[in-house]
Amino acid sequence: MDPGTLLARITDYASRPDPYPLYAELREAGAVVPQADGSLLIGGYHEVAALLHDPRMSADPRTRGVETAKPPFLRLDDPEHHRLRTLAMRPFGPPHTPHRVDGMRAEIENITKELLAPFESGGQVDVVDDFAYPLPVTVICRLLGVPHEDEPLFRAWSDTLVASADVRPDASSAPRDEAERARQEMGGYLVGLAEQRRDDPRDDLLSAFVSEPDPELRLSREELAETAVLLLIAGHETTVNLITNGVLTLLRHPEELDRLRREPDLMPRAVEELLRYEPPVHMRERIPLADFDVAGTTLPRGSSVFLALAAGNRDPRRFTDPDRFDPTRADNEHLGFGSGIHVCYGAPLARLEAQYALTALLPRLGTAELAEDPPPYRQNAMLRGPRHLTLRF
Amino acid sequence: MPDDLTDGRIVVVGASLAGLRAAEALREQGFTGSLTVVGDEPHPPYDRPPLSKQVLLGVAPADSTGLPMRLDPKAEWVLGVRATGLDPLGKRVLLDNGDSLPYDRVLIATGTRARPWPNPAEAALDGVFTVRTREDAAGLAAALDAGPRRVLVIGGGFTGSEIASACRERGLEVTVTERGPAPLVGALGGTLSKLAAVMQRNHGVDLRTGVTVTRLLGEKTFTGVELSDGNQVDADVCVVALGAVRNVEWLADSGLAAGPRGLACDAGCRAFDMYGIVTDDVFVAGDVSRFPHPLFGYQLLSLEHWGNAVTQAEVAAHNMVSPGPMRRPHLALPTFWSTQFGLNIKSVGVPTYSDHVVIAQGSLEARRLAMVYGYRGRVTAAVTVDMAKSLDYYQHLIETGAPFPPPPGAADRAIAAEIPIPSDVPDPSVLSHGPTVALTGYLPDRRLTVV
Repeated sequence: MDPGTLLARITDYASRPDPYPLYAELREAGAVVPQADGSLLIGGYHEVAALLHDPRMSADPRTRGVETAKPPFLRLDDPEHHRLRTLAMRPFGPPHTPHRVDGMRAEIENITKELLAPFESGGQVDVVDDFAYPLPVTVICRLLGVPHEDEPLFRAWSDTLVASADVRPDASSAPRDEAERARQEMGGYLVGLAEQRRDDPRDDLLSAFVSEPDPELRLSREELAETAVLLLIAGHETTVNLITNGVLTLLRHPEELDRLRREPDLMPRAVEELLRYEPPVHMRERIPLADFDVAGTTLPRGSSVFLALAAGNRDPRRFTDPDRFDPTRADNEHLGFGSGIHVCYGAPLARLEAQYALTALLPRLGTAELAEDPPPYRQNAMLRGPRHLTLRF
Repeated sequence: MPDDLTDGRIVVVGASLAGLRAAEALREQGFTGSLTVVGDEPHPPYDRPPLSKQVLLGVAPADSTGLPMRLDPKAEWVLGVRATGLDPLGKRVLLDNGDSLPYDRVLIATGTRARPWPNPAEAALDGVFTVRTREDAAGLAAALDAGPRRVLVIGGGFTGSEIASACRERGLEVTVTERGPAPLVGALGGTLSKLAAVMQRNHGVDLRTGVTVTRLLGEKTFTGVELSDGNQVDADVCVVALGAVRNVEWLADSGLAAGPRGLACDAGCRAFDMYGIVTDDVFVAGDVSRFPHPLFGYQLLSLEHWGNAVTQAEVAAHNMVSPGPMRRPHLALPTFWSTQFGLNIKSVGVPTYSDHVVIAQGSLEARRLAMVYGYRGRVTAAVTVDMAKSLDYYQHLIETGAPFPPPPGAADRAIAAEIPIPSDVPDPSVLSHGPTVALTGYLPDRRLTVV
């Protein structure tokens, strides 16, 4: 088929259960594959990795001349990106807060145990609704300092925003002004919470953001809103898919499931392999800031370049036997968390959550049966994962 | 030598990073014969980078830096024994305990040692240290724990600068003396060394440049130094950070091409003999080696880099068990890192192989930048300060021989990126310490000076 239609075929909902043959077609079609709509699609590991590190590739949609509000740091370039990411990182990770994530181990383990209740009773559970969604939501709420009872509120905003963040946002699902309104409301809500923390600080990120004594290091109100929205959404949307994809993959590979049960110490490596084999984030868009060549094709300034991380993860020029799920894989520098300056900020937390979640589920998966394979998927092609994953015991 | 390269007797001389990684790689590559690793220190292999950082800060004890093994190389470890000679005809490694070890193939990975203070009597004063071994670092850490009034560091290279940084972080007064114009100048050239000088002074280091130490003072215990400018500095602790000496003396009668700049080898890690003829069964890896690199004019490089010890050991091990056509060259780009004064400095390529530099991203004022080095219109190195995630991009430019200055378009490209300035790489002979990379042919901006 025409490689110029690959992006359209990948984003077609019918491809959601298994986009990997299309990724193989993409890698075989060349290093840079121009699409009918003028965008460019790239799926080779080495090309994707190089472009993720290339300072001439912008993440900021405004570089195309589109007037919008300042995006969150995920979609900013250095030096703006560096400043905001560094400020957001201060209360979250090293060097200023080296133990924040590690200190959450006991809490993550407890939350996981609480969520396991329905798995004991027999019958039927939905891994997404009953486990993979509530776990990261509870964790990110505690981390940020968001009351868990407000979950229905931000779930609606989050759904709207995630739909608008697709490769090709479906016009009917999330018109731009609806997404904008969700962003405003969610930002207002989180800034409101942060204001309360100013007088009543606790051990959470919102408190840390508003109690920074150095004015140079303080986020503006607008920056705080954007950052908090980003952390709340990114803090759970992707982890849901990581855990659910993990359960599905293990059920599809019973021999590996058995092995993990016998050798639970393999779990950290199994999670790395999941991030390669079934990553939650399949694509990122970048915009060249200058005309330049990649493998003989010019990336024109201002064009849309889609970097297919999930295709790179299965590139046979980089990984031995790439379509095999191998939890003992030694050489596994995957693109599951991206790479370069935008490399996933929450990666240490995501790893921990997935490790605890899958370890807790291991004893229960032996007798589990998938109600549907493939399961129904979410609409989004960029953040790919099952909408439901029903298990019978 | 047996026909089957995966069998026979292999001796690895040197039980540090390169020796360990080579031993592991030999087994990974299928070597099933007898493997002996000889080391002059009594300890199993340990890691050195933390010795001038975490250990001096008191956050890690010196004996906690043992190197993890990727797999048990099932080797016989002969530790605390020094190799005293190599008999290439009899194929034996001679040891200081009178034994000798027969080999079919031998890997030389004896590394370097700290360059001592030239006056032995002064060097023997209590309170005078070098930092190379675990014991050195433990001794200096204890001396810093005792709360000296001032520490004097001789030499502003990476080791000296990291030690000064650790002292300041502990709140100790410190003086650094550097014979060149600024700290790190030998490794990074003129422009970045100015930033290094500013950082040291901003962090309260008493930095003296363009001077040498002429005498260490004290009867039995170190009390201070005399400087070439006539000044005197009182201090309780003296750290001699004058670079490293390659451990090649034991090869003096071996007929191999070993000298002060290391043991020369080909791109496949096979040692040369003194006539420049490549040997079949003597391999070399790590700090003690010098090897030709095509990206840097095939000059022989001597590197004191952690990453080079690892990659060269792996290539050497592969080639020791592989027939000729299956052998691989060691072409990895040199990389190194340092943390000091709150900055993360990373380098790829060979900064001293340069005639010009530009600040391609960021700025000196922001203390966050990518400096790109070029030689005759080609990118040859990059150094980032607190911007390490950009390094892969520059590595690609170096590997592909991209034009210098680097192409425009970077989001945070500095205005300065359009104006190449001289790289100001000094003649190594004016430095008080050795640079961490030595080009052992000629220096590119000093074509007429053989060094």
